Amino acid sequence: MLNMFTHARRMAGRALVGAAALALAGGGVASAQETIKVGVLHSLSGTMAISETTLKDTVLFMVQEQNAAGGVLGKKLEAVVVDPASNWPLFAEKARELIAKEKVAVVFGCWTSVSRKSVLPVFKELNSILFYPVQYEGEESERNVFYTGAAPNQQAIPAVDYLMENEGVQRWVLAGTDYVYPRTTNKILEAYLKSKGVKSEDIMINYTPFGHSDWQTIVADIKKFGSAGKKTAVVSTINGDANVPFYKELGNQGIKATDIPVVAFSVGEEELAGIDTKPLVGHLAAWNYFQSVDVPENAAFIKKWQAFTKNDKRVTNDPMEATVIGFNMWVKAVEKAGTTDADKVIDALIGVTVPNLSGGFSAMMPNHHITKPVLIGEIKEDGQFDIVEQTPGLIVAEEWSPYLEGSKDLIADWRKPLSCGNFNVKTGKCGGAGQ
Amino acid sequence: MNTKGLAMTRPPALLGTSGIVFLIVLAVVAVLVPVLNLAVTPDSAVHVPTYVVSLLGKYLTYALLALSVDLIWGYVGILSLGQGAFFALGGYAMGMYLMRQIGTRGVYGDPVLPDFMVFLNWKELPWFWYGFDMFPFAALMVLLAPGLLALVFGWFAFRSRVTGVYLSIITQAMTFALLLAFFRNDMGFGGNNGLTDFKDILGFNIQADGTRLVLFVLSAVALGLGYVLCRFLVRSHFGKVLVAIRDAETRVRFTGYRAENYKLVAFVVSAMLAGIAGALYVPQVGIINPSEFSPANSIEIIVWVAVGGRGTLVGAALGAVLVNYAKTYFTSGILAPYWLFMLGGLFVAVTLFLPKGIVGTYYDWREKRRPHDDIPGAPIAAPGPAE
Amino acid sequence: MTSRARLFRFARLLCALALLCAAAPFGRAAAQDAGAPDISAPLAQLTTNKYDDTEAALGALALSGSPAAAGIVTALAEGKLVFGGTPPRLFIQGEAGALLDPLTLQPVAEAPAVKPVRVNNRVRRAIDAANGALSLVSPDAGKRREAALAVGRSRDEAALPALEAALAKESDPKVKSAMNLARASILIGKEGITPAERIAAVELVGAEGNQDALAILRSVPDSAAPEVKQAAADAIAGIERNLALWGMAQNVWYGLSLGSVLLLAAIGLAITFGVMGVINMAHGEMVMLGAYTTFVVQEVIRTSYPGLFDVSLLIAIPLAFVFTGLIGVLIERTVIRFLYGRALETLLATWGISLILQQAIRTIFGPTNREVGAPSWMSGSFEIGQLAITSGRLWIIVFSLLVFFALLATLRLTRIGLEMRAVTQNRRMAASMGIRTNWVDAMTFGLGSGIAGMAGVALSQIDNVSPNLGQSYIIDSFLVVVFGGVGNLWGTLVGAMTLGVANKLLEPYAGAVLGKIALLVIVILFIQKRPRGLFALKGRSIEA
Repeated sequence: MLNMFTHARRMAGRALVGAAALALAGGGVASAQETIKVGVLHSLSGTMAISETTLKDTVLFMVQEQNAAGGVLGKKLEAVVVDPASNWPLFAEKARELIAKEKVAVVFGCWTSVSRKSVLPVFKELNSILFYPVQYEGEESERNVFYTGAAPNQQAIPAVDYLMENEGVQRWVLAGTDYVYPRTTNKILEAYLKSKGVKSEDIMINYTPFGHSDWQTIVADIKKFGSAGKKTAVVSTINGDANVPFYKELGNQGIKATDIPVVAFSVGEEELAGIDTKPLVGHLAAWNYFQSVDVPENAAFIKKWQAFTKNDKRVTNDPMEATVIGFNMWVKAVEKAGTTDADKVIDALIGVTVPNLSGGFSAMMPNHHITKPVLIGEIKEDGQFDIVEQTPGLIVAEEWSPYLEGSKDLIADWRKPLSCGNFNVKTGKCGGAGQ
Repeated sequence: MNTKGLAMTRPPALLGTSGIVFLIVLAVVAVLVPVLNLAVTPDSAVHVPTYVVSLLGKYLTYALLALSVDLIWGYVGILSLGQGAFFALGGYAMGMYLMRQIGTRGVYGDPVLPDFMVFLNWKELPWFWYGFDMFPFAALMVLLAPGLLALVFGWFAFRSRVTGVYLSIITQAMTFALLLAFFRNDMGFGGNNGLTDFKDILGFNIQADGTRLVLFVLSAVALGLGYVLCRFLVRSHFGKVLVAIRDAETRVRFTGYRAENYKLVAFVVSAMLAGIAGALYVPQVGIINPSEFSPANSIEIIVWVAVGGRGTLVGAALGAVLVNYAKTYFTSGILAPYWLFMLGGLFVAVTLFLPKGIVGTYYDWREKRRPHDDIPGAPIAAPGPAE
Repeated sequence: MTSRARLFRFARLLCALALLCAAAPFGRAAAQDAGAPDISAPLAQLTTNKYDDTEAALGALALSGSPAAAGIVTALAEGKLVFGGTPPRLFIQGEAGALLDPLTLQPVAEAPAVKPVRVNNRVRRAIDAANGALSLVSPDAGKRREAALAVGRSRDEAALPALEAALAKESDPKVKSAMNLARASILIGKEGITPAERIAAVELVGAEGNQDALAILRSVPDSAAPEVKQAAADAIAGIERNLALWGMAQNVWYGLSLGSVLLLAAIGLAITFGVMGVINMAHGEMVMLGAYTTFVVQEVIRTSYPGLFDVSLLIAIPLAFVFTGLIGVLIERTVIRFLYGRALETLLATWGISLILQQAIRTIFGPTNREVGAPSWMSGSFEIGQLAITSGRLWIIVFSLLVFFALLATLRLTRIGLEMRAVTQNRRMAASMGIRTNWVDAMTFGLGSGIAGMAGVALSQIDNVSPNLGQSYIIDSFLVVVFGGVGNLWGTLVGAMTLGVANKLLEPYAGAVLGKIALLVIVILFIQKRPRGLFALKGRSIEA
């Protein structure tokens, strides 16, 4: 008996040490000295793989390009790819692994807000840098996170303005998945529309569960709402997979863009690649970038990207552009700081300006969000967008929306001496309402 | 405990050999890991980084969860495809406590309302959030919320004699309904973003290494106690009846036992264990969101138990750790694109080649090698082909 | 290519007629020399490439009576209207990219670099209106009627003269009533008409009784006389009462449609799970494989045989059945057959298989959605009374019932069906009667999987074709089978339809999320009441 115990204990002990050693030793140890590691934290399996896989490829592409151009600080970059499998706690675990075990200098990752929320404490605790490339609800500004996607005022509000001015829309359906992003965006839009004199009875708000696939009733309701004699439009914050059945139902029920246009904030080239777009011609999307942007920088980028992916039909989209901008900003900031040390790079990043792919420049502002042009596109038959409107200048992100009760007094400014993500201008204190 | 029925045989020890080994290994891990984490310098080969500590802590809570499944699946034959719901409820109870602890340190600095309520323009705290600022209340809810759900659900289901796949499917429907409900932002549980950005637990910084180690040790202790409790239950007269129900429910009924009451007690105990696992899990991973209710998660738990060995308790815990370690290991590096193939292949292989799981197969092998003096687990009668 | 040429010829013919019949009301047209009115101003306006100008130019073109107008409008709608050069000139891009003069349709000598004139929704609406005005005089009665409807929808006051001119000449009663309706629709919102005229218009539109009429009636201007407003309000109230009743019927229809989707998703499971007792978690993936088969078929057709697109689904159905059926047989032979009698363990193995299949599809086809198009006969909708029925959904209902009855017939009437039932009821007895039970098992599982594949073909029409497709149906499928009663096909049919209709009747009151939750709770409670489902199998039931 006793013999067996000690044996078992020895075995268990060995297994444990072995496991720990294995965990420590994973990844390329040999090249650790000469390279700078870049973490890629995008789901490659599970429900979010559909969107995030492309961003993983984008980072790999940028790393390859940068290495071809001589790397950073004379060192080659090395991408460390992990798969958080669309599982939110796994995002936190993988983030910790990238930072603590792989010692990456920066992480590009996350798509959904919940994944970002899940990794946030890890980045704060271990003081590393996350570039988040997707449009989101705002209401956040963290020292360790750089948001290269759009805040609601960089996407939703210009789109609504366009519909009001150009299509004379007076009645609004705000349809979304019951996520925090649609909820917040719709709250902001509701307040904005009311400030423009739209009455409550002319706004219909509808939320659907995740992955909703039977849209018959809701589309019929939209049709009914739209028959009140005033021009009606749908502002869609419907997320991911639910879009395809939604658009298919719109087509089936014969709602054309000329009758009730739908402007979407989560539908890009990648999503349209999976839909027969003929019935959708004329429906709109608002982004900060479209593949169809007609400037030489974009044409060159698309060409290289398609060569990299060895697929001449591979599309580009807005979160990709945001990833590219973020990557270039990080490279520039590292070169400016002369080191990959997180604190120095975080400080160096503010004010960094890099070309975007729509022919202009985007700058990292003190609130850790970037300036962006807003483009409104109409869906074309070939699944691309026809850009019908572009804001004349760049728009600065309102990370704290002035249209929301709780955040209207807050600002973020990470420059010293303020260094605060939620500074209350009324009370003059950092930390929200700060009673 | 009434051991009348077992008078013929020598009363089995509370803990079998494997149980003792299991508890010792657990104790060693619980002591060694903190020591290697704190007392050894980071460059040492045997240093355990904090990253590994929180990972192991997570595995231990999964192991406790697997134990709770094994108690009802391995010994009562209830295949619950909704065990994740109890785990998540315990997690939410703990998460609500942790949210209330944030206080004015939320981004909006509201002293009462959690952040997600502020930006959705909620004016006051919903009634079901009352009391969660007190740890004892939250701790009670960790047990009560899953326990009550299991009680109500089980009372209906077992009284109506819903069994087998029917029971499995409605437990799945239950967790799916809860998933949808918690997903709604109007419910007041933070919707899809769930509860996150925790700061303190009982006044200790949740991100401090010390707190992490304490949570880790607590998880190990909980797993150990959970094991002893389950072992105690299944060794007792009560446990014998459970096994009898598993193998021939109708006969047990005819013998005069109220089978539904036995099942109900086991089901509620199991739900509470899952709730405790959830409560320990949340502070260690830092987030709880409705995806914990997803039916796929619950199926995965079943898989852990099957891999380790159904009806062996030790196997369930072992399976949970092994499968999750494999998941951690394969989701990084060059194998990342293929890990689902391996995970899927593992499930198929285990059901085909190790129908009794790792520990069950080991028991079989040991049985063959020497005359038994200690009845290991309760072996599962292999049913014949369907007729 | 030939169709384009035909289109142009037709457009020219149409315009010539437009000139003949419509020249008189348009005084301006007569002033021109060769009978062709001068449209150089709108043409110049089109080259500024501003939406406002394009819209104005379209209005002018529609009323110009120029024979070239229809061709220009059509070219604009198709993105073939281009401009370029200095000063900018307008061209129509003809076959092979040749630039044609918009008036003469002759190729131009030197071709500058050109850009298409931009189109947005507003311009598209103007195009519809212009097209409507232009084809109001088409010789084809169907076209005239469509044009009248289009004008009515656009409610473009500028089209009123053309409409009235066409109305005066119209003899076909159907077209005439459409034109009258269109006229009334325009008049209702028009300033400066008498109350009597407006009331007549209100009554005419009100008699339509549909959603569109409601929209038009609500646009009676505030400045209208009180009696007009009263008439409009009465008409609206009448329509709303009527629509409320139809709304109920519509919900039931939606419910049946949802039910048919559930039936399709569940019916294969009714075989593999209900008849064989395999808790087949890979069932959803079989549906997914069917959907991907459709994608592959369409892809081949798109690249090699574009003419066959409309029958792509008909080709895909048998292929999907055979392909997923074979995969099913393969799974049965390699995995399931070792697990008979261990129902709960089949759950684990098939769950593993489902992970493998998902990842395999993700590796082969990529993680993103794939495009599966709808053939023309499945697009569009029609109305019965106020009941809007979309063709796609109707076909899915028909298809699901066809599959159901075909399966029923197979089990009842064929030899293999007989053998399947025999093996399910008493394996040993069946074996001793000389039935190859192994073979029957493989065939049964293959049949269930093949049916799932066929369901995938139908579901590809309404849902994402992505690796996750199957996951979204698996829970509902199990619920349907369990609710209906394991091992009873009729139970599956009734269960699917009941759940579908109940869901859709709940949805308007409780919302999509709460409706679904309520339904799940109802099913859970129902199972307590009837632990073996709606139609419990009599006698020897599956004891799992």
